[in-house]
Amino acid sequence: MNRKKNNLAVEGIDYTVIWLYGALVTIGILCVFMVEYKAGSNWIATFLGGKANYSKQLIFAGVCALLATFILLTDSKIFTAFANLSYVVGILLMLATFVLGKNINGSKSWIPLVGGFNLQPAELCKIFTSLAIAKFISRQEVDFSNLKSQLIAGLIALTPAALSILQHELGLALVYLSLLIAMFREGLPAQFLIIGSCFGILSLATLIVERDALTITLTILAGLIIFLAYRQVRKKQKLVTITAILAIWILCVGVQRFVVPYVFNNVLECYQSTRIYSMVGKDYDCSLNKKSNEKTTGKAARKPDDYNVRQSKIAIGSGGFFGRGFLKGTQTRGKYVPEQDTDFIFTSLGEAFGFVGCAIFLGLYLFFLFRIIRIAERQRSTFSRVYAYCVASILFFHIAVNVSMTIGLFPIVGITLPLISYGGSSLLTFTVLIFIMLRLDADRQMVLR
Amino acid sequence: MSAFNQNRSRIVQLIFIGAFVLITLQLINLQVFSTKYKMAADNNAFYRKVIYPDRGIIFDRKKRAILENTISYDLVVIPAESKGTDTLALCTLLNIDTATYKKRMRDLIFKNGSVKPSVFESLLTTENFARLNENMYRFPGFSLSERSVRSYPYDCGAALLGYTAEVDTGFLRRHKDEGYEMGDYFGTTGLENSYEKVLMGQRGIKRFIRDNKGRIQGPWEKGEFDTLAIAGKNLYSSIDVELQQLGEKLMQNKVGSIVAIDTKTGGIICMVSAPSYNPNYLTGNQRKKHLVDMMYFDPRKPLLNRAVSTTYSPGSTFKTLVGIIAMAEGVIDDQSTVSCGGSYLGCGRKMGCHAVGTFTLKPAISKSCNSYFAVAFRRILDNAKINNRDVTLGLFNEYAYSFGLGKRLGVDLPSERMGNIPTANYYQKIFGKNWQACNIISNSIGQGEITTTLTQLANVMAIIANKGWYYLPHLIDSVEGGDDYQMLARFKVKQRTKNIAESIFEEVHEGMQGTMEFGTGAAAKVPGINVCGKTGTVENAYRGESLKDHAFFGAFAPRENPRIAIAVMCENAGYGATSAAPIASLLIEKYLRDSIAGPERKAKIEQLANMNLIPPQMTRLMKKEAPIKKPVSKKKEPKA
Repeated sequence: MNRKKNNLAVEGIDYTVIWLYGALVTIGILCVFMVEYKAGSNWIATFLGGKANYSKQLIFAGVCALLATFILLTDSKIFTAFANLSYVVGILLMLATFVLGKNINGSKSWIPLVGGFNLQPAELCKIFTSLAIAKFISRQEVDFSNLKSQLIAGLIALTPAALSILQHELGLALVYLSLLIAMFREGLPAQFLIIGSCFGILSLATLIVERDALTITLTILAGLIIFLAYRQVRKKQKLVTITAILAIWILCVGVQRFVVPYVFNNVLECYQSTRIYSMVGKDYDCSLNKKSNEKTTGKAARKPDDYNVRQSKIAIGSGGFFGRGFLKGTQTRGKYVPEQDTDFIFTSLGEAFGFVGCAIFLGLYLFFLFRIIRIAERQRSTFSRVYAYCVASILFFHIAVNVSMTIGLFPIVGITLPLISYGGSSLLTFTVLIFIMLRLDADRQMVLR
Repeated sequence: MSAFNQNRSRIVQLIFIGAFVLITLQLINLQVFSTKYKMAADNNAFYRKVIYPDRGIIFDRKKRAILENTISYDLVVIPAESKGTDTLALCTLLNIDTATYKKRMRDLIFKNGSVKPSVFESLLTTENFARLNENMYRFPGFSLSERSVRSYPYDCGAALLGYTAEVDTGFLRRHKDEGYEMGDYFGTTGLENSYEKVLMGQRGIKRFIRDNKGRIQGPWEKGEFDTLAIAGKNLYSSIDVELQQLGEKLMQNKVGSIVAIDTKTGGIICMVSAPSYNPNYLTGNQRKKHLVDMMYFDPRKPLLNRAVSTTYSPGSTFKTLVGIIAMAEGVIDDQSTVSCGGSYLGCGRKMGCHAVGTFTLKPAISKSCNSYFAVAFRRILDNAKINNRDVTLGLFNEYAYSFGLGKRLGVDLPSERMGNIPTANYYQKIFGKNWQACNIISNSIGQGEITTTLTQLANVMAIIANKGWYYLPHLIDSVEGGDDYQMLARFKVKQRTKNIAESIFEEVHEGMQGTMEFGTGAAAKVPGINVCGKTGTVENAYRGESLKDHAFFGAFAPRENPRIAIAVMCENAGYGATSAAPIASLLIEKYLRDSIAGPERKAKIEQLANMNLIPPQMTRLMKKEAPIKKPVSKKKEPKA
């Protein structure tokens, strides 16, 4: 599909990645075809007709192939040169959506273009942000081990994230957090990740465990730690240690008793809270939600159910070990899973090819990610390395979150499956993301600034 | 530079692997170890359409269909597509108001959703169907869907043919492994019930894929796993539908029953249970209403098959049997005489008698002399050779059992009763160890504790006609394509009574012929045919009120080469000779000659048909119920 074998002019290209890219895009088109296929219709005609989604996706793939060729033919210096500028343009585009935005599926993050196509700046901004971070970290005067530069890098990543949240694109906002993985590789202290995960575990515990029971548990835990620490620590530091432990205890209890409920009731939308609660198998009472109460004054808050996840799990679970076979998935044909050609495309794969197919497919992805890390580690230029890590992080986050949400491990957020999901913006973004990396990799002997 | 922080590359890789392992574990959980998702998926996506087979047809002895299938139409609607329907016109055609229309639509949408077809009005009448069919173009979203329903072209035989009903949860629980499902029909009564296995056929199942809104997308796997419906097998019965119709006509306005048996085969030629009803009342869309009317509001209980499910004291018709047993045991012979002065006083208690004089067996039967049979019965019980009443009664009962009494005959109809031939054991409990023949002397004339069904009585007549052998009475002679379930095998086995000399039967025949010529049955003579008959008149009371006697008549004909044995009974009709006997004579003539000859005999049909013998206690109840429900008048309406 996207074999650039004709680009003999380009040397040093990592063909493994191109093969993997081509394979995944092909699988993607076939998945979209599975979702849309109707028994008895003349699929060759519709493939060429350009009306059906799979045929559109084919066109997108062609456009992407052209774009990829174009990127491979450019000079890699362009990317360093325009990294900061593109970032600014990306942020401006995101701001522009608040004026020009078109409402699709409840999020006002699309800018309408000619010919019925829509552009989602938040998608493109992933590329620009990756370039900008790579640019910032690779600057000679920047020492990433000091806190100031870490904060600046964080700010670069979080600005588009904040804008995405304002556009009601929670999923895309979370993607920017994945850049922390790349930063971690560059020396971001592990404490950030550890504290982050602790906070995550605490939030999860808040959802699962009874409120008072958790408070008591935390108190007992704190008491136990103080009891143990009291003997270990030298006399002089005793007061400090106990104060620190008490401070952490107050923080935890505060988070558990006040912050988490506040976030669920006042920050998140009702449907978001419901999705998160349904993931741990609980019902969320929407009448507690301030936003839903504002919207539906007088009316009883509608209780959204977990239809999506349920149907998605049914579809994947019904695939069994070997799957039902290509085009034989009953759930896919019956359109039981909503958004099946975009966010829930993994379900069609799971149903048709079963556990074996899924495992092979995920293996392909994992191989792809490891290949990218290998590429990253062989760069002489920091810019290229950081950029490649950004690509790996973004891809990983997309894959992990998307698949997890279809199998009920993660609450539903609008995140596509890279190179598989239907949609021009998504495919285009990942193509550009990957091929810039390949272009940089081709020049791995050069030291770019 | 690139060596810097390189161990963190490993950590990143570990994070990646960790996430993928977690995902894989959940996939194993969902896809490999959990079956519930597969089931949920099948529930989602498969629509199993049951293709109902046609039930088997039942033919009479001349291969005329008496129970067959016809097509009826349901008005089906897909609510989502019914936007442009001319509601007013439809309501006018169906004779409902728009409020009803709206309510029904709401209910259908609530029950079945608005994109799936639901039945708006089931089992349309032929007029409604014709009117709708012309106007369907005005009602988008509506369509007429055909389905097979049972029909009874001769409007008769309700009690024996039975009807079908939709299965209920209780039935499904009882017949778990027989493949019934909600929405199926099964034979509830009559032949529909006893031959259910044969008649039902085999359902076909088509699997369709449906989408998230329940719309059908097409067959699954191109119908590879679909099964075809196999129609039920046809049954050939021994019923003569003309005789059945005549019998039902004659039993109009009476309560009772008729059973006629082909003596050569044991096949039942006609079986009437009065009051009868048009079986087609239980097929249309008014089925439930009619059923409730008959089940709860008609004191005559028309749904009861009085030929097999009710037992009566057989009355004097039983005397033939007492005579035969006494002769066979050698306690009387053809020369034994008994004098009767108008009543039997041998037991100290007066037992009334119709005839006066001195009788041998033959005239005793003809004149139905109580005294003669009381004496004969006492002689059997007090047999000096045995000198033990328990043994002699046991002996008597053995004869009775060999005549098919006191046990279920095994007629191919459900809910057959046993009747009762009381045992010595039973009397010991009542009268003590030393019970006397006089204690049970009523049994000698077919009253007391002895009860039989009318079918048993008809069978006794057939045995007497055949002089000691019979086939079990049955309605179905053969199954088209073979009797796979061996349901008919027992009807092909020749049954014999205890060894009784042919001469004894000759004696009884003589007496029974006498009945018709100069005895109690003289009113029921059939010109030109030697009929042997025996009347019976049974005293009875209902809740302490003494009622008119039940009229019985048992007969077979022609005497020389018996072809038909018949038993007729009319509840509370008084003397047997005025109702039961002439009805039997007409049926015999019709069967043997194929028609009723002469205007006089034809007039007799009308006269008997118009004779109202509905017992007074029932009439009273009917009058009481009439203001609430009118099941009686409804029965006269032509089939809707």
